[in-house]
Amino acid sequence: MSIEFIEIGHFALALALMVAMAQAIIPLVGAGRGNAAMMAVAKPAALMQLVLVLTAFIALIHAFVTSDFSVTGVYNNSHTAKPLLYKIAGTWGNHEGSLVLWVTILAIFGGSVAAFGNNLPPALKARALAVQGMISVGFIAFILFTSNPFLRILPAPSEGMGLNPQLQDPGLAIHPPMLYFGYVGFSMAFSFAVAALIEGRVDATWARWVRPWTLAAWTFLTMGIGLGSWWAYYTLGWGGWWYWDPVENASFIPWLTGTALLHSAIVVEKREALKSWTILLAIVTFSLSLLGTFLVRSGVLTSVHAFASDPTRGVFILVLLAIAIGGSFTLYAIRAPHLQGGGLFAPISREGGLLINNLLLTTAAATVLLGTLYPLITEVLSSNKISVGPPYFDGVFVPLMIPLIILMGIGPRLAWKRGDLGAALSRIKIAALASVAMMALSLVMNGAAKFTDIGGAFGLGMATWLALSTASEWIDRVKLTKGGAWQRITNLPRAAHGMTIAHFGMAVLIAGVSGAGAWKQEHIQTMAPGQSVEIAGYTMTFEGVKMIKGPNYDAGQATITATKGGDFVATMHPELRSYIQPPQQTTFTSIHTTFFADLYAALGEAQGAEGAFVTRFYYQPLIPFLWYGVLLMAFGGLVSLTDRRLRVGAPQRATPAGAMPAPEPAAAE
Amino acid sequence: MTDTVATQPRPQKKASRWPYLIPLVAVLALGGVFAKRLLDVERGVEVNALPTVLLDTPVPAFDLEPLPGHAQGLKNEDLKGQVYLINFWGSWCVTCLYEHPVLLKVAAAGDIPIYGVAWRDTPEKSLAWLAERGDPYARSGQDPNSKAAIAFGVAQAPESFLVDAQGIIRYKQAGPISMQDWQTKIQPLAAMLKAQQKQ
Amino acid sequence: MKRLVLLAAALCLSGAAYAVEPAEMLKDPALEARARDVSKELRCVVCQNETIDESHAEIAHDMRVLVRERITAGDSNQQIIDYMVSRYGDYVRLSPRFMTSTLILWIGPFVILLIGGFVVAARLRQAGLDPDLQIPDEQLAAHSEMGDKT
Repeated sequence: MSIEFIEIGHFALALALMVAMAQAIIPLVGAGRGNAAMMAVAKPAALMQLVLVLTAFIALIHAFVTSDFSVTGVYNNSHTAKPLLYKIAGTWGNHEGSLVLWVTILAIFGGSVAAFGNNLPPALKARALAVQGMISVGFIAFILFTSNPFLRILPAPSEGMGLNPQLQDPGLAIHPPMLYFGYVGFSMAFSFAVAALIEGRVDATWARWVRPWTLAAWTFLTMGIGLGSWWAYYTLGWGGWWYWDPVENASFIPWLTGTALLHSAIVVEKREALKSWTILLAIVTFSLSLLGTFLVRSGVLTSVHAFASDPTRGVFILVLLAIAIGGSFTLYAIRAPHLQGGGLFAPISREGGLLINNLLLTTAAATVLLGTLYPLITEVLSSNKISVGPPYFDGVFVPLMIPLIILMGIGPRLAWKRGDLGAALSRIKIAALASVAMMALSLVMNGAAKFTDIGGAFGLGMATWLALSTASEWIDRVKLTKGGAWQRITNLPRAAHGMTIAHFGMAVLIAGVSGAGAWKQEHIQTMAPGQSVEIAGYTMTFEGVKMIKGPNYDAGQATITATKGGDFVATMHPELRSYIQPPQQTTFTSIHTTFFADLYAALGEAQGAEGAFVTRFYYQPLIPFLWYGVLLMAFGGLVSLTDRRLRVGAPQRATPAGAMPAPEPAAAE
Repeated sequence: MTDTVATQPRPQKKASRWPYLIPLVAVLALGGVFAKRLLDVERGVEVNALPTVLLDTPVPAFDLEPLPGHAQGLKNEDLKGQVYLINFWGSWCVTCLYEHPVLLKVAAAGDIPIYGVAWRDTPEKSLAWLAERGDPYARSGQDPNSKAAIAFGVAQAPESFLVDAQGIIRYKQAGPISMQDWQTKIQPLAAMLKAQQKQ
Repeated sequence: MKRLVLLAAALCLSGAAYAVEPAEMLKDPALEARARDVSKELRCVVCQNETIDESHAEIAHDMRVLVRERITAGDSNQQIIDYMVSRYGDYVRLSPRFMTSTLILWIGPFVILLIGGFVVAARLRQAGLDPDLQIPDEQLAAHSEMGDKT
């Protein structure tokens, strides 16, 4: 067997492990000793690692694209008949490959700090990159020793095992990279936090450096979770979009703490307050990301199936988590008490609002974590099996969000240090009135017969409140009605626009959640060709099913005509697909969206010989708003990221009176 | 290690250290849980099986149709006064194939009768399966709609229950019975129950 | 083991054959709605994190049918759930019962919120009493300018 690209990739990954070790140790020692030459190792090491890991990743993709089944990762997860997109996506559609993607993203983040972090204090940069190096060491070692997709099989099989057809979907092809960019992005906040703890100093500059990484990670994670939810919505075939499944929760918990981090970092940046709290959030958020990466995949949370098919993996994971999380919390326990102090503020102030925001978000995160892990904990401690499902999460999570949403309308209007609640409230009277009016309107129009009607009305009221209070805050801030407004809009920092967009997106999302939750209609029936049913004023006519052939599946494709009041609305083609390898059936739903609502059709099994089939129709009012909301939130994050201050970094900004310039690295200890 | 403060440092109480230990303690506790779980798996504890809540409770009432050609079905009242094993199986069940030879040996040894519940199956397939592989069951009943299976809390075939002479469930095996399971767990328990019965 | 996991995944994950089928549904919409509610409270015993309403596992189908039979026979929702729990244990109940072993689960969030609330309140009050905050209005205005740049 000749040396091929895949061997080069394998070798590059092994080499990357060596480089990561150097990156983890030398700059750290250098920073402790004030040795500039040793600290300077960080940059080339991080860049070198990026090149090596990228080589490994590309080699693996190459093996997937060329269907080289002598490579274990390819054999286990690919098939020649798969379309190119899914051959590529198949690279990370499995345990081993997804870890390679993970370290690749880690190397990209590390490389960007190395390349663009020239105005970072050298010691902080060296230490942060060293911490990144440590994470790399752990992950690359995990890949090489327990989950290696680069190994060869001899003799090479002629055909692969195929990829789970449900993963063969454009949404899910880009979902893991998005999610991982989010998870791994939080490693930057983590590395900076650990570096700051080692250094013993947290200041506004530090927060300014951490914020863009957190923001980027948050934006990716928002998109990643949104994509996952959207995928569940249109593939699983019963119109749901969130199941409080451990896999979903694992990504949602770091999102919640990440959102808290995003907000508390603002307080550190502006007011040098909440320092040790922000550090804690940075560590917690990444720790939860690690938990999300590992424990879900190893099956420890889902408990019906065995914990990691290979026990060495489980042990490795546990040791890795113990070192990363336990180590950083130990450091925190030692160093954080010295981070006390900071800017003072009145209870009614922007800081006060953000503090309550953090309280609610972290409580929500802790709640979801508790519910997700509770079955495991009781089982291990008492061998008693219980389940914690949607009724629990809905019941506990939603009440926590209500005060948060109310606060979101008021907080941005409070001044830093000391706010004027009366003035703020007087400006949002209209929003409050409109919100009550919206609730009343909904109750009148949709009735109040069921609990869901009341919940939906309340949700719409909340959405109205948040949308109007957010919009009016922006209008007041740019004094839209007065002359020169455009000037003020363009002068306003992008971060402020970003906040407005993201908060508004949240309002839109709440509207979607409320509408879909309260007024979803469902019709499940057996239909013979030519039959029709009514759903939400639409007439759905089942025209029949014909067999079609896809690249790697056969499918029964239905034709369903939707009309309203005799007028043609849409032709829908839901499919029932039978994949060839692995042999598995999946649904391919058909969704017609009207901007305000979705008409959703899914095809079930054939019933009898007369061409009759089970069909499922859903009318989901406002559900598109869910996706618009996610997009707006992510867009808000992006707009915020383009803020000049964040790009420039500006470590020499005008500091508040009394703040000291960053000390020399040697003085750190 | 001095911190910079925007306004004048306020006179404050010496900050307590212990709150900063909370995250570490929480993480260690959680790590302990995971570690114990891993140990359980390594030790071969069956972490996937649902624990039965029916242990040491009276056997649920059932009255199952016989397989075609068999004279008797299965009725809990008819089985009273004996120690027996009731086994849920199906011709569609892959792991039942592993269990079947064990059941045949146990039946041949004649310690206790085994009663079979053909779960979620057609009578034709059940009969064909028994004809091809041998019939270890003293009697068989059909449970096409899972009535009995749900009453017994059965999740996946095969599952077996050891019932004593008073009609109390004394043991549940989720998954196939291996010869070792039989020799080390079920047979001794069955012998003990029979001894109790004689007293 | 791996094959078993794959098998289970194949059994449960495929979204093709679904959940509730028209044949098993009750004619009376009110009773059917109750059946759906009960089905959404019960967890499928072979699949991961699916309600029997969503699951297409055969045992889930039979459990759905049983739920409907019991509803038709006049059982209350709670009686049906209790019956399933008496057969399969607390595992089948998606909304965990309030009992000693779930005490932390149910009151945990409120305890966290309360403790966190106390810490936040203490911090805010301490800050509020600070004489440093009795600053003149013009200075406050300057600060709110700064706040505008968020």
